[in-house]
Amino acid sequence: MKDWPLWEVFIRSRHGLAHKHVGSLHASDAALALANARDVYTRRGEGVSIWVVRSTDIIASAPGDKAILFDPSEDKVYRHPTFYEVPDEIDNL
Amino acid sequence: MAACEPTRTYLRCVSANRPLLSFVSVIRSDFANARPNTDLMTHNIDVSLINCIIFRGEPSAVIPRIAGPSFMTGKTLMHTQPAHTEVEPRCSAEALAEREQAFQAKIDADIKIEPKDWMPQAYRQSLVRQISQHAHSEIVGMLPEGNWLTRAPSLRRKLILLAKVQDEAGHGLYLYSAAETLGASREALIEALHAGQAKYSSIFNYPTLTWADVGAIGWLVDGAALINQIPLCRCSYGPYARAMRRICKEESFHQRQGYEIMLTLCRGTAAQKRMAQDALNRWWWPSLMMFGPPDAESSHTQQSMRWKIKRHTNDALRQKFIDQSVSQADYLGLTPPDPELKWNEQTGHYDFGTIDWSEFWRVLKGEGPCNRERIEARRRAYDEGRWVREAALVFGAKQTRRAPGTD
Repeated sequence: MKDWPLWEVFIRSRHGLAHKHVGSLHASDAALALANARDVYTRRGEGVSIWVVRSTDIIASAPGDKAILFDPSEDKVYRHPTFYEVPDEIDNL
Repeated sequence: MAACEPTRTYLRCVSANRPLLSFVSVIRSDFANARPNTDLMTHNIDVSLINCIIFRGEPSAVIPRIAGPSFMTGKTLMHTQPAHTEVEPRCSAEALAEREQAFQAKIDADIKIEPKDWMPQAYRQSLVRQISQHAHSEIVGMLPEGNWLTRAPSLRRKLILLAKVQDEAGHGLYLYSAAETLGASREALIEALHAGQAKYSSIFNYPTLTWADVGAIGWLVDGAALINQIPLCRCSYGPYARAMRRICKEESFHQRQGYEIMLTLCRGTAAQKRMAQDALNRWWWPSLMMFGPPDAESSHTQQSMRWKIKRHTNDALRQKFIDQSVSQADYLGLTPPDPELKWNEQTGHYDFGTIDWSEFWRVLKGEGPCNRERIEARRRAYDEGRWVREAALVFGAKQTRRAPGTD
């Protein structure tokens, strides 16, 4: 028999944060995925909202592309406010 | 701060197959020695997808084709990508050695390895073996305790035990998921267990004869497991480390509820205290064996430690467990069944008697009191649940077909 499809589970904790990936599980359909996610990942009040997404529906960047994707942002220090010199006399800037 | 270091060299890579995905990238490397091949590989860039490389603004010389991980593979899985197993055979020995060095350097720098990162085949296999064994242990570990679910002495104890057994199931699931990120399939892992090819912790091949055994399991077995598991929270493989952090947080409740059962029995009648002592007598030595064979005989320890899959040796963890458990037994008024157990001023540790390793190997080989019963129970549950799994799969497919907006 084939494994049930794989789902990725995302949970929003009670503190108003964004949904965060917590792990994955197998389930035959979306309703069961949600029910299983409740049982497997929220036994101690970890969350107030659950998302389940079929793993095959997630498109991810490849680790090999890390340099290509993210290095260009590293030498752009002028994107940070601390790059700019502000005279001491100037407030609210 | 300077915007860029003087040694930095600019390299522009343009993807051939995907003109829309052209990147201008900065690769920080010393090109004075002009080894673009190596540098591309350390950055995991697949040259087969690059049609133009501009090196310091000039088109570079022809770059020989080398194998590398895919550049942009389109639809890839986030958590369960079975990695680039197809890449390795095409790698030259030299290139492979270089990759392994880069891999080890990452581990030495405490950078976590994630599912889609390149890793040596042996690292992957070692992790699949360890994580699946661990998952199987959690699942089989439900059985000895499940034996007491209907007979727990009070409603409070029954609720607690139910919650604990449910936690063990959860721990098994976190771990199976972590193993699956390495490309193993859930079904194959479970079949290996049922076929007797995969191991699980030998401790669960001992029977739970009395209610005190449930206490002793929580106190000693979960206590030993925690000592084993806390260092795993810093394991080099990301998904395993994250699963272990969840598990350790929950496991601490297991140990405490076990100790509370022991404490209640020890403060009870003389017969109850005898029951507690009897449980300690039977679980003490098997608990010490949970840390695995002595360092000298442990086949995986050294490599596992180099890879930071394992952080401490079996013997070191075992000593830690003994040191902490003796005073806990003292408080209960119980005596561990080892006449040679004695505090050693010089070492600052307890000395202890010789462990009967022949028993360990016997139980591991399948000759423990409950080996056959445990695997049979697992097989039966799996086989008898098969029709439910199949029906749910068909139902799920039907739901998808009927859902509006899908085709």
